[in-house]
Amino acid sequence: MTIALETKGLVKRFGGLVATDNVSFKLEQGARHALIGPNGAGKTTFINLLTGVIKPTAGQIFLEGQEITGLRPELRVQRGLARTFQINQLFPAMTPLETIGLAVSERTGGGHDWWRVTGSKREIIDEIVEIAQRFRLTDVLDERTSNLAYGKQRLLEIAVAFACKPRVLLLDEPAAGVPEAERHELLATVAALPRDVSVLLIEHDMDLVFSFADRISVMVNGALFTEGTVEQVSTDPKVRAVYLGESVDE
Amino acid sequence: MSTNIADHVRATLVRRGRWGIGEILFWLIAAATLYFLPERHLILNEIVIIGLFALSLDLILGYAGIVSLGHAAFFGLGAYTAGILARDGIADPLLGLGAAAIAAALLGFVTSFLVLRGSDLTKLMVTLGVALVLGEIANQASWLTGGADGLQGIAMGPILGLFEFDIFGTTAYGYSLTVTFLLFILARRIVVSPYGLSLRSIRDNPLKARAVGIPVNRRLVAVYTLAAAYAGIAGALLAQTTQFVSLDVLAFHRSADVMLVLVIGGVGYLYGGLIGAIVFKVLQDVISAWTPQYWQFWIGLILVIIVLAGRERLTERVRVLWKGVAGRTAKSPETLPKTSAREV
Repeated sequence: MTIALETKGLVKRFGGLVATDNVSFKLEQGARHALIGPNGAGKTTFINLLTGVIKPTAGQIFLEGQEITGLRPELRVQRGLARTFQINQLFPAMTPLETIGLAVSERTGGGHDWWRVTGSKREIIDEIVEIAQRFRLTDVLDERTSNLAYGKQRLLEIAVAFACKPRVLLLDEPAAGVPEAERHELLATVAALPRDVSVLLIEHDMDLVFSFADRISVMVNGALFTEGTVEQVSTDPKVRAVYLGESVDE
Repeated sequence: MSTNIADHVRATLVRRGRWGIGEILFWLIAAATLYFLPERHLILNEIVIIGLFALSLDLILGYAGIVSLGHAAFFGLGAYTAGILARDGIADPLLGLGAAAIAAALLGFVTSFLVLRGSDLTKLMVTLGVALVLGEIANQASWLTGGADGLQGIAMGPILGLFEFDIFGTTAYGYSLTVTFLLFILARRIVVSPYGLSLRSIRDNPLKARAVGIPVNRRLVAVYTLAAAYAGIAGALLAQTTQFVSLDVLAFHRSADVMLVLVIGGVGYLYGGLIGAIVFKVLQDVISAWTPQYWQFWIGLILVIIVLAGRERLTERVRVLWKGVAGRTAKSPETLPKTSAREV
């Protein structure tokens, strides 16, 4: 199987703190891979390294075989690496329609276009509609984003990342904070993501992890602790120990 | 079902590019003043120039979220460029306008790299600093600029070889209004384009804008350069139509006034600068006629009220009041388009 995303010996130090400790990780093409670990394990730092928000102290990152370690965040997005944020990062004053339209026109190279009115191209309209339907946002397209229900905001967060047409999609706790009533819709759309997009899911919610992922990596103290199939990891006594907060002898 | 949505999506997006009745009225009225208010052309000319200057600030502040306390740097550079060219025998106004735009754009481009780093406070200080530096250079280089005495001996040729400037300011006003209108059309296109949308997204959330693949810095450099060119043209218009340039064009109060004008009229809404300029000048006129020594007190007080009460709330209150007065028969009283700042 080909590798969609790979890190080799990735290290990030903040002063004396080692937030990412020599992580060598592979995400296979089309994978549904979950990254779990207790709070403060360094999962979000790892995501920030992958997306280029912060620079690694050492190590390399490859996207579909090409090194992207030194690439600026927006260029990584253009190469097909998109993410969602654990805490909603949206444009509060814009509507979902504008937000998705923005992402689509950026991806299709329209962002430099300063003369045509946004939405004057047929392909862009079609794609906005397709994404809005996929993420069940058609009935709230014209609302101000800040007025949307939280579950809808989470859906929009994923929709925007999806509008970048990623080859690899990093989902940082997509279900965090979503009320029970809106959860089902969110999980269904996540499960229905097309298989040609490789997904790395960072999540605390074990129900979501077990229902969605086919591989799981466990991160503890910035290092990869173990990796395996859902069965292997869920029955691993060491993983249970980590999650129950007991010390593990290594 | 999905074609319905597609039509809706297209209509919603494209609608922003269309001109509202209020907008068309606004410019018709502006054009009409060329014929109906001949004795006011000198002050109208000044209003239009301040309006264009404020429009330029709105491009960076309202649409891209870049704060500036030194926008006069570009205004002043444009004024001096056009003024010096005209003094030294290049009397064609449009040529001067172009040169001023290029000079200001160059300065904008170069300083954008300083301005775009750091927090809002850094931006305020850096922009302020650039304007101060330019002001001092203009003061010291009196062989070029006339220093504190001002730049004298500007003689403008006719516009396009056809329209001579007159002492009533009619040609001047027509000229400034036309230039401002053309630049307004351009700005209006820009803010509804995908590029304009990306600017708004950067203003709202730069982190997310990057995550969508937007090259944030490049977009900001572009708009800062463009706004600088606009400000330079506004300055050039002032130099050409008043045929005089003094150090005042680079002064701090110019940068502060233009911010004031924009706040009065509304930020992030292209008409804000123009309306603000009208209100500002009229207020200045009325108040200083009534109490010449204390007009700044009243302007200051009005500013405080506007900022504290929130312009949107004030206009909303006026709208509600008007609806109450006009009853249900009158439709849409405002001559301004209803689209709020965030939508245009």
